Amino acid sequence: MIFLQSISTLFSNDYYTFWVVAAGAGIICFAAGTVGTFSYLRKRALLGDVISHAVLPGVVISFMLTGVKDSLYFLTGATISGLISIAIVDYVQSKSKLKPDTILALTLSVFFGVGIVLLTKIQHSGNGAQSGLDSFLFGKAASMSLHDVTLFSIIAIINTICIVLFIRPFSLISFDEEYAKGIGFNVKFIKYFLAMLTVITVSIGIQSVGIVLMAALLITPASGARFLTNAIPKMIFYAGFFACISGIIGVFISSTGTSMPTGPWIVVVLSSFTLLAIFFGKEKGIFARMQTRKSNQIKINNENILKIVYKTSKEGTISVPIQDIFKESSDKSIRLTLKRLEKNNIISRVKGMIFLHENGKIAAREVIRKHRLWEIYLSKYFQLEADHLHDDAEGIEHIITPEIEKHLITLLDRPEKDPHQSEIPY
Amino acid sequence: MNDLYIIITACLVAINCAIVGSFLVMRKMVMIGDAISHAVLPGIFFAYLLSGSTSSLPILIGAAASGIFATILIEWFTQKARLQSDASIGVSYTLLFAIGIILISKFGENADIDQQCVLYGELEYVWLWLVPIGNHFFIPQQTLILLSLTLIIITGVIIGFKGLFITTFDPNFAISTGVAIGFWHYFLMGGVSLTTVVSFESVGAILVVAFLSGPPAIAYLLTENLKKMIILSCFFGILCAIIGFYTAKLFDVSIAGAISTIIGLVFTVVFIISTQKKSKIDVISY
Repeated sequence: MIFLQSISTLFSNDYYTFWVVAAGAGIICFAAGTVGTFSYLRKRALLGDVISHAVLPGVVISFMLTGVKDSLYFLTGATISGLISIAIVDYVQSKSKLKPDTILALTLSVFFGVGIVLLTKIQHSGNGAQSGLDSFLFGKAASMSLHDVTLFSIIAIINTICIVLFIRPFSLISFDEEYAKGIGFNVKFIKYFLAMLTVITVSIGIQSVGIVLMAALLITPASGARFLTNAIPKMIFYAGFFACISGIIGVFISSTGTSMPTGPWIVVVLSSFTLLAIFFGKEKGIFARMQTRKSNQIKINNENILKIVYKTSKEGTISVPIQDIFKESSDKSIRLTLKRLEKNNIISRVKGMIFLHENGKIAAREVIRKHRLWEIYLSKYFQLEADHLHDDAEGIEHIITPEIEKHLITLLDRPEKDPHQSEIPY
Repeated sequence: MNDLYIIITACLVAINCAIVGSFLVMRKMVMIGDAISHAVLPGIFFAYLLSGSTSSLPILIGAAASGIFATILIEWFTQKARLQSDASIGVSYTLLFAIGIILISKFGENADIDQQCVLYGELEYVWLWLVPIGNHFFIPQQTLILLSLTLIIITGVIIGFKGLFITTFDPNFAISTGVAIGFWHYFLMGGVSLTTVVSFESVGAILVVAFLSGPPAIAYLLTENLKKMIILSCFFGILCAIIGFYTAKLFDVSIAGAISTIIGLVFTVVFIISTQKKSKIDVISY
């Protein structure tokens, strides 16, 4: 009931402010999601954390210099000190044996420490400034002023447009810097441009979720989007979309209660989306992978049984006592596999004997053929001894596609016998 | 006397973090320490909820448990969900931190924990809670807890040095000789959780991260011997803590912030010296 009431107030009293703030948060989060995709792809996920902590001194210094609590000054200061932090991380990394994670942690904490020192200096000098600065640090999107929302939204939109325009160079430097250099891109410029977009996005993103959770706004959407697609443009769109929706929902939830923080809710909603993608993502999600593994396992079991039946049955009869199969295979799911094969009309069981149908025969010959072809290939091209071939072939026989098989046959000149002098069934 | 309490507390945190941090730096896992220091919030909240008190022991246990939980979550994201490792860290700690903040702001008005306190700590007020030892001698509660932790960590490292050493520098060899890599991983992570939890209550998450990464990084620039590195980083940690404290007093600013800044300055000096040395060697070898 209270929930419904809060919804209805949303649309009555100062709904205008609410929707503007929600839209603003959505746009800011969208920008963060898109830029963050590249942080993810470049494996610099935690750099976002560093930047968001490193903007503090810049913000405080800009306030000390101007004496005004203006978002534009804050942003400028934040961007400058964020860029400096990236430059320091890069420089120390290139000049010392320290590993990236150490440098990140050190830069992050030292910058933040400096920021706190300056902040306490202002507070103790009685300037009464912390209120404005605090909202910059801890993210109070719900209480953003209209002026700020407009300003940040415009910047976020410009940022997103830049990302869309530069999608190709950014993708190239994310995957293959050398190649990008080779085809004439100014890699250094592109890297710094991307860094600058990231820093600006972080600076405005802090407004909605705060310093600590800013890393989530960059990295969580991309982490989820990764499970839905391989194409970069799509991934960027998904990441931005998830982030945007989460931003709006987050603002909404936080407006329903008095002590509901905005940033954390945005992050929780966002993380839920990502977890959903991780579990249910098509092809790459955990469940999809389990499914694939299961169907592969079924295929392998089937083929192994067929192989055994075919091999143990005497020429021409194509029938085998069930006990023989149990003797040959250590697999625990034989019964299940047999039942499945029978259901699919590949074998039939009569009085403890197993008969291979014509399609079963073809399948069995196929597996054996692949196995033996692979053995020949290994012995010919890797000079492996005859007794080293079987185990490898045993695994690969289920994976070789018809195309690869065709290739192998032409490559090996359609051989008649394998290294163990067994005939290859064509 | 209060100054002394603060300095001793800061030094104890420095020692704990320097020891644990040396291993983290060598294992390329410092950011996990950062993640844990943020991810302990939900644990603290649940401990508070269950025990109904803000007394230290339940809070400690809760926080340490959620620290371990955070490492398991990170592992799960990397191993099972196959997310790249840096993203796993980012996703897990932010989620736990967010949940913690929501819980605390919703149900924990009296819990005396807020986002600022988590980040900045309350080193300045460590002398407010004193416990008596004997008749005339008082010691801050935090300092006492930290002291016991220091003893635990030193004992742990001495006992487990061989295992930690081998799994840090040659995990493949460790596997082949049957050393339980997983055990030592969680052994260290347990230490990291305890250290960050105990320390961040007194100095704040940021200074914990600074202590975890800074002094070991400085020491690593000077030596490659792990034992020497641990001792050196303890030394630098204490040095920075003391200088930082007096700097903070001098300029009337946050102690945690000042110590972090000093760590940054000392690192810069050592870094410049070490790069210069290296470039000299380069010149000679040419």
